[in-house]
Amino acid sequence: MEEVFQDVIIKNSDDYIINMGPQHPSTHGVLRFELCLKGEIVKYIIPHCGYIHRGIEKMCEKDTYQQIIHLTDRFDYLSAHINNEAVSIAVENALEVEVPERVKYIRTIIAELNRIASHQLWWCAFGMDLGALTTFFYGLRDRERILDIFEESFGSRLIHSVNCPGGLMYDIHPNFQQKIKDFIKYFRKVLPEYDQLLTDNVIFQVRSKGMGVMSKADAISYGVTGPCGRGSGFSCDVRKNHPYSAYSKVDFKEILFTEGDTFARYKVRIEEMWESMKILEQLVDNIPEGNYTAKMKPIIKLPVGEFFQRVETARGELGVFIVSDGNKTPLRVKFRTPNFSNLFIINKIASGNKIADLVAISGSLDLVIPDIDR
Amino acid sequence: MNFSIYDFTSFTKWIDNALNSSMSPGWAILVELVIIGIVFIAFYAVIGLYLVLAERKVCALIQNRLGPNRVGPIGMFQTIADLIKLLMKELIEIKHADKFLFNLAPFIVIIASFMAIAALPFAKGLHAIDLNIGIFYLFAVSSLGVIGILLSGWSSNSKYSLIGAIRSGAQVVSYELSVGLALLSVVIFSGTMQLSGIVESQANGWWIIKGHIPAIISFLIFLVASTAETNRGPFDLAEAESELTAGFHTEYSGIKFAFFFLAEYMNMFIVAAIAATVFLGGWMPFHIQGWEGMNNVMDYIPPFIWFFGKTIFVILVMMWFKWTFPRLRIDQLLTLEWKYLLPINLMNIVLIAFIVLMGWYIK
Amino acid sequence: MTNDELKFVVSEWVAGVEFPENKQYLEVLFPAESLHKLAKLLKETSETDFDYLFCLSGVDYGKQFAVVYHLESTTLKHELVLKVKTDDRTNPNFDTVCGIWRTAEWFEREVFDLYGIKFNNHPDLRRLFLPEDWVGYPLRKDFKDELNIIER
Repeated sequence: MEEVFQDVIIKNSDDYIINMGPQHPSTHGVLRFELCLKGEIVKYIIPHCGYIHRGIEKMCEKDTYQQIIHLTDRFDYLSAHINNEAVSIAVENALEVEVPERVKYIRTIIAELNRIASHQLWWCAFGMDLGALTTFFYGLRDRERILDIFEESFGSRLIHSVNCPGGLMYDIHPNFQQKIKDFIKYFRKVLPEYDQLLTDNVIFQVRSKGMGVMSKADAISYGVTGPCGRGSGFSCDVRKNHPYSAYSKVDFKEILFTEGDTFARYKVRIEEMWESMKILEQLVDNIPEGNYTAKMKPIIKLPVGEFFQRVETARGELGVFIVSDGNKTPLRVKFRTPNFSNLFIINKIASGNKIADLVAISGSLDLVIPDIDR
Repeated sequence: MNFSIYDFTSFTKWIDNALNSSMSPGWAILVELVIIGIVFIAFYAVIGLYLVLAERKVCALIQNRLGPNRVGPIGMFQTIADLIKLLMKELIEIKHADKFLFNLAPFIVIIASFMAIAALPFAKGLHAIDLNIGIFYLFAVSSLGVIGILLSGWSSNSKYSLIGAIRSGAQVVSYELSVGLALLSVVIFSGTMQLSGIVESQANGWWIIKGHIPAIISFLIFLVASTAETNRGPFDLAEAESELTAGFHTEYSGIKFAFFFLAEYMNMFIVAAIAATVFLGGWMPFHIQGWEGMNNVMDYIPPFIWFFGKTIFVILVMMWFKWTFPRLRIDQLLTLEWKYLLPINLMNIVLIAFIVLMGWYIK
Repeated sequence: MTNDELKFVVSEWVAGVEFPENKQYLEVLFPAESLHKLAKLLKETSETDFDYLFCLSGVDYGKQFAVVYHLESTTLKHELVLKVKTDDRTNPNFDTVCGIWRTAEWFEREVFDLYGIKFNNHPDLRRLFLPEDWVGYPLRKDFKDELNIIER
């Protein structure tokens, strides 16, 4: 073999193996890590996935494009809206349909709200991973307000499937804009509390600084995107690099940290919440009047060809690859989900550390297991 | 000073005399033991259950929520309902566990915490035994519990339990030093190891006030070290829910689990009570020399209210720790003890010895 | 590099290259034998510098299997799609690229799991999602599962 793999795991028959998961409080779902321990130190980690593999890609091959929307919700359920947006934009681009500006603005607003909600939940769970149990309730308290906005406009809270190829399923509620403004006003006041409770805590800082360092080259080679990649200085924000929806019209910063440790990944997400609020403030008053959906045929048939759409979910880059043979169902749909790539760096960055650090590092990768397994 | 209205010595003497006059001395002692046993079991259960409830309420307060509020008024009977549930739960048998040690471990843990209450002076004359080496006894007994934890981890035949137990062992052995040295500082001040003697020595002011800076340092070290010794957050590495699922008691269910759970809360009560007795004057009221009017008013507050008030204050501080701090890592935990607390403590002891020698404390 | 320059460079490096029509990206269809060589050149040449493999997907076109590599350069910001096809349905195999882009290791395991396409020299080619004792490759068009899949 030509290449030398430095980080390939070499198993030994007298290794002390311990199973972490699939039912473990800090794997955030049904993921299994096979750990080899030497005392408290983790020698290597083999992730085993597939416990929640539902064959979404296979199911997509039997479904029409409108139906696929309801499956994409279910992989990264915390950024459900953004997943739908990816498929919708892919289909619209393939059909060369121009969606109304109003749709683009609303999509961007919901996507950013979704990103904040996702980061809030991550913050809750990350605190729990480190043993700071109070963070959970602080985060959920604020996340509730976003879900209330969703509920009022779209009837459901987590997976609202409001995007569809061509636009939105329903128009926004009259209170939508006011509620968002109220939320931003509230959250600007509350977000510093997150820092007071966790970021500035000495124990938290010694637990997270310098832990699980990921170099930029590794991040690119392993395809680690999203806040994890940006924590290592990998400029991978699709919103900046390949703008879609209304991102080209707003002014925001791509948060980049170069340390690449757990604390950098943490800071990226906290800063991203501030940036998302900035984006929301720019958009919420300027939603153009117009139709909430483009005119679409009831049966969507994509032209023959291959279409790819990249979007930035709360966890990283989501790619939707549609191969169409001209029928009303796709020939092949591939989802390049962010967590899939983010997960497999764990052996590289967490081996050699303590078990407690493994928990912190996997928490900082913000894993959503259905997103890995699909 | 006048404590006579709240002096329990005559009350206990009266019971002793009454029993001795009606039966032979051997039987009298047996009956006394039974009475004390029953009183302590009841006390243990009530304190244990209500500490669990208190913790849930305090944690709810810190976390912006209500806490238990369905069973009884403001959730008063919640933990009793929990206890009934735990009593009725199935005791899961582990196939390859060491059955004898597995079943023995929860009893060791709970007996160790039981033995410690015996020496606590709740009020003047209200204690089971007044050993002349009371502090030494408490110190010895409170570290017995770790044997139970180690046994439970080892006998469960579970890797998570084993890691938790070994962590706990390392932790308790290390922090025992700091607890002991912090208590030793007050022994130097008061010149006795007898708990009642230590309390009496604080009649004109608590050691944390009389001993000023070194006593405050000792108190803070004791607070940190005893939180660690009871395996409570932020030092709950032995359980470490997010890392080891439940650590040493992963495999326990039903009432055996409840034993560990109760013992944890009782240990917290015991260390809080020791802190209250040794540093905060035990059942002694708050006195300021020269302010006779206020001192007399203070004397009318019953001593056990003083004792429990101080204990609850220390318990609340420990709960506050748990619900705001993230967990330490094992190496950081040991670094904290061996590199910071222990050297500071040793220097503090030297300082206190010097201060006592020179008489630079409030007498 | 512009697409035309890339086209020129790629056809210099390997023989038998086709550029199928693709509105979005420059797509390169080329014989599977030169996969590893081309991938290595694309990654290591400083003018192309494709350091980021953002998607690797297997496709079953009915008669043929294909593996599609979506590449991007994080420094030069150009994109390229590589595609290799095989007619061999019983024992499809390609060279691995997981020494070039580490993320490919798990993408290839996924493709192996769901399509049965083997990747030569892969360090750890096991099933990723499905259990080890699963029979068949579910994303193949000729996969039949009468129990669980309802034909409409």
